[in-house]
Amino acid sequence: MVATENGQTKKALSPEEQHPRKAFGWAVSDASGILSPFPFSRRNNGDDDVTIKILYCGICHSDLHTAKNDWSNTMYPVVPGHEIVGTITEVGQNVRKFKVGNKVGVGCMVNSCHSCHSCKQEFENYCPGVKWAYNSIDVDGTKTYGGYSNMIVVKENFVIAFPDNMPLDKGAPLLCAGITVYSPMKYHGLNEPGKHLGVVGLGGLGHVAVKFGKAFGMKVTVISSSPHKEKEAIERLGADAFLVSSDPIQMQAAMGTMDGIVNTVSAAHAIMPLAFLLKTNGKMIMVGAPDKPLQLPVFCLIFGGKSLAGSCIGGIKDTQEMIDFAAKHNITADIELISMDYVNKAMERLAKADVKYRFVIDIGNTLKAA
Amino acid sequence: MGDRSHYESIRNARISENKKWRKSRQTKTGCALIALKKKESTLTGYATGKHSLSSTLEIVMFSLFEEKKDGTNWDRNLRRERDMAREEQILGWAARDTTGVLSPFIFPKRATKGDDITLKILYCGICHSDLCTIKNEWRNARYPVVPGHEVIGVVIEVGHDAHKFKIDDKVGVGYLASACLSCENCSLDYENYCRKRVCCFNASLPDGTKTYGGFSSMMVINEHYAVKIPENLPLEKVAPMLCAGITVYAPLKHHGLDQAGKHLGVLGLGGLGHLAVKFGKAYGMRVTVISSRPEKKKEAIEELGADSFIVSNSAEQMKAAMGTMDGILNTSSGPLSLRPLLSLLKTYGKLILVGSPIKPPELPVFDLLSEAKTITGSMIGGMEELQEMIDFASEQNIIPQVEIVAMDYVNTAMERLEKGDVRFRFVIDVANTIHST
Repeated sequence: MVATENGQTKKALSPEEQHPRKAFGWAVSDASGILSPFPFSRRNNGDDDVTIKILYCGICHSDLHTAKNDWSNTMYPVVPGHEIVGTITEVGQNVRKFKVGNKVGVGCMVNSCHSCHSCKQEFENYCPGVKWAYNSIDVDGTKTYGGYSNMIVVKENFVIAFPDNMPLDKGAPLLCAGITVYSPMKYHGLNEPGKHLGVVGLGGLGHVAVKFGKAFGMKVTVISSSPHKEKEAIERLGADAFLVSSDPIQMQAAMGTMDGIVNTVSAAHAIMPLAFLLKTNGKMIMVGAPDKPLQLPVFCLIFGGKSLAGSCIGGIKDTQEMIDFAAKHNITADIELISMDYVNKAMERLAKADVKYRFVIDIGNTLKAA
Repeated sequence: MGDRSHYESIRNARISENKKWRKSRQTKTGCALIALKKKESTLTGYATGKHSLSSTLEIVMFSLFEEKKDGTNWDRNLRRERDMAREEQILGWAARDTTGVLSPFIFPKRATKGDDITLKILYCGICHSDLCTIKNEWRNARYPVVPGHEVIGVVIEVGHDAHKFKIDDKVGVGYLASACLSCENCSLDYENYCRKRVCCFNASLPDGTKTYGGFSSMMVINEHYAVKIPENLPLEKVAPMLCAGITVYAPLKHHGLDQAGKHLGVLGLGGLGHLAVKFGKAYGMRVTVISSRPEKKKEAIEELGADSFIVSNSAEQMKAAMGTMDGILNTSSGPLSLRPLLSLLKTYGKLILVGSPIKPPELPVFDLLSEAKTITGSMIGGMEELQEMIDFASEQNIIPQVEIVAMDYVNTAMERLEKGDVRFRFVIDVANTIHST
């Protein structure tokens, strides 16, 4: 029972009652990671909210990690998806930035505390109270559900405007993959013409890093364990060079040549050979999150003044800046558009890195209510 | 040849002439050694500047004369140091095998090139790296090894192309004896990261000559790798600055951990750590010492001026300090557990490693990602930074805390260093004790 304003009591509403709007999506119920149709509910559109009809949602490796409880923090049932694109169908009375019909995106975050040091610097991604688009407990105590669903209600401040020339399906992965590489490249000075950027791993994050690197006027070398990706990297993505990480001769020849490296690999791997590629005072930015600890090559860092820095997506302001930059330079993700019921197969293929380079679910056309 | 009083009168007349001459010609180089042999005594001195000297003793200027009024003393001192510079052998203490036990060892003085200087070594600090090298822990010892890279000396010889120093200058020499001076790192004054850098001991110069360190009576070094020691720094205490000092100074500066109001954690309170505390306080930072030894608290707070002290094994104390530090400087070389240390950092915080554990620690990548933290390494500093650091220490009166020992105490000192039993650096009184060994 809860007290009301006039002193009477009433029964507390259940989460579903608090969220009276019916929605449907696909959810994972256990660590098998298998997705299946799932009806649930969303909150009403508040004064600061917009309601978005979801058209597309990218599949991020984090979705797979969460589905399988790799990080031991999954609250089943979970509706994944944080590369969400759609059109606005309703706006709250305080909303100023958007109107009905606007094409917009939602990334990894749907709320933050707005008062901590990080929030004040517009780095909501580092707010200790940040609310993720899925698998998080929102300020009203309810669980958040992500973009593998037909609609979402989000605070205006966490919505990204999509420029007219940005295609919705190919732009969706930028909302996570794009900002994840753009933000650290910006903050660590790896966005200056003439500098040499290494990109480890050529997947969803890696291929976007190559595109941004070239747009910044940098020399870009892709480092990959898959030799067959070389043609693709050089000819299609525009990388300047390609190193096979298991080839000691190639790796040695490139020692001490890179100003920075964006390491997108989320599997366990050896950092030391990569750290040797850095120039003195060079930086390796870790954006992939292996679930097991790696070995830190201390001597290599000491004998070159080198750094390893971590980075996790970016703030809302940077996300908008990144989308605008991408639109200006015609940067989109390379995608494979799939139907909703292909999602389990897509997850299996993603686990084997069998995708060029991001699956995007055609939600608008293929997600049907159960 | 004439008698002594005749030469003294020439000398006195020339001194005042040369004072004026020297002021105007101070940057001119050249050092010529003149010796007069006259029966039972020898009149010696150094002439600077370009002069041709006749064998009939056109003695022009003696930089050492002015300081020694007593006719007999200067004559004797001059003779000793002049003789020293001319010696072809140097007495040092070397380790001959992996026991690391040091004992007297004679080695050749290397041929001096135009921009070399020769130092009479006064003091030399004992660094943990010396210990690791003589015991071959890094598997690179080339026995016999004469260690020592925190060298304080007085210049007794100046090459004809050397411009930086003059006779009798007090100088310091650190880790570096040579670098290529043409690569990208050297051009940015990062000789410490030059791929062709050569250490002042246990290494070979580009011409193949082996280098021997500061546990010895004399050192020949290219002037680029020596720094001037300001007069207010006590020579017997300043030696550790040449390695320990620069090792902490350079990364604190490079990573913005030299700003008033920021919070610096210092892990380990030894030779490096105690200097990091002193620098941190000089910058106006809040400094917290993190140590596994609770007994160091009093010293950290009361003697070194740290603001607080955390015992690293205390989960409670570590938890209370979570997310409070802008940076942590790890000066210890013991086993490293990264997760608890990273948790002490604020968002965007940096963990600087200047000591390296033998076993690579586990890196919890998620802990870096989730709060944009950085782990970085650093090794000594460039020559420009080294002089800058010494000058800053001179202005701020930052002086290492040392235990001065005789040369023949060195093996005991090494044993005690291994156990961390020193406040906070051993310094060998080389000049006064090496020849008695």
